Amino acid sequence: MTDALFTYVLRLADDSLILSQRLSAWCYNGPFLEEDIALTNIALDYLGRANSLYEYASSIDKKLRTPDDLAFKRNANEFYNCLLVEQPNGHFGDTIARQFMIDAFYVTLFSFLKNSSDENISAIAEKSIKETIYHLRHSSKWVVRLGDGTKESHHKISHSFNNLWKYTGELFINDSVNEDLKKKEVCVCLKDVENKWISIISEVLTEANIKINDKSKMSYGGRLGNHSQDFKQLLDEMQYLQRTYPDAKW
Amino acid sequence: MVSEQTIWSLLKRIPDPEIPVISIVDLGVVRKVKFYNTELHIEITPTYSGCPALQMMQDEIEKTLEKKGISKYKINTVLRPAWTTDWMSTEAKKKLKKFGIAPPEKNIICPQCNSTDVEVISQFGSTACKALYKCNACLEPFDYFKCI
Repeated sequence: MTDALFTYVLRLADDSLILSQRLSAWCYNGPFLEEDIALTNIALDYLGRANSLYEYASSIDKKLRTPDDLAFKRNANEFYNCLLVEQPNGHFGDTIARQFMIDAFYVTLFSFLKNSSDENISAIAEKSIKETIYHLRHSSKWVVRLGDGTKESHHKISHSFNNLWKYTGELFINDSVNEDLKKKEVCVCLKDVENKWISIISEVLTEANIKINDKSKMSYGGRLGNHSQDFKQLLDEMQYLQRTYPDAKW
Repeated sequence: MVSEQTIWSLLKRIPDPEIPVISIVDLGVVRKVKFYNTELHIEITPTYSGCPALQMMQDEIEKTLEKKGISKYKINTVLRPAWTTDWMSTEAKKKLKKFGIAPPEKNIICPQCNSTDVEVISQFGSTACKALYKCNACLEPFDYFKCI
């Protein structure tokens, strides 16, 4: 139980940390000031959530690692975030498409996890869902604005969604970790999450006039520690300070 | 011995680091003050998960307690129930408005001219808890404390 729980909490935590790291790279690079502030605010919410989750993971870690150890001293193959969050920022439309799909995923997942039998997970879900609903409002407005905007914006964001689509299958895979925790009502069946997720996505994409035509095979691996080359670069940059000057403090 | 009531009034003097016109008690961040025998337990909760001010609030609470000669205390961060702007006192809302920030209410009113003819510029603002608005009557931009 503890092993499955530890892995499960790390998956949630790693999703938050890696997405936060990606979004932070928009700081000073946003398309305009308000949007720069929006993306970095969202990054901060995800970072805070990652912190709460790492604190919990740390408290049940058999190797007794601290939250900072978990964030800064694990290797790429020990990270269990989904592939979608590690995808490069690309242009603004790419970032918004990625964000929208993740926001919709977490709004749905947390609406289930609020009732988790695990006190810590349910408290974090209850706290985070309020923020994520707000993020989803922001990202879905942009999806509609870009999809239903100019010819160029429509073309670009349609391309973003079709490029990223192959990374969405992984979000809904039930493996032994989920199955184990589902029995204890700690987590839920990801197929139920998928059904709700699809309905949010379809509604917004229809309004935005975006069609998913991509027929590529789904890519898997993130949840098991298999990541892209881009991810390794992200990790190198994020962990640089702690790797070079172990235990350095402000 | 110092009473819990005294601790509350001491904490009421600690300003929010980002919006100094209201205190951390007004904001609803302090959830519990209780003595267990001689040990003081305080519970605080973040406004937003990533609120960078929380550590500073904790430091300020520690300083305040030590100044008062209280050395046996524990400050815990709790996430549940999740913080909501409903916990903000009416007094705090008035102070916010006076400071130029529209308080967290469903009807958003320009803090400068009281007009309700306002529009959103950005859903996100200078801190996690605020959004940017502008007033169409007096044309002034202003911060709005988001309802959550």
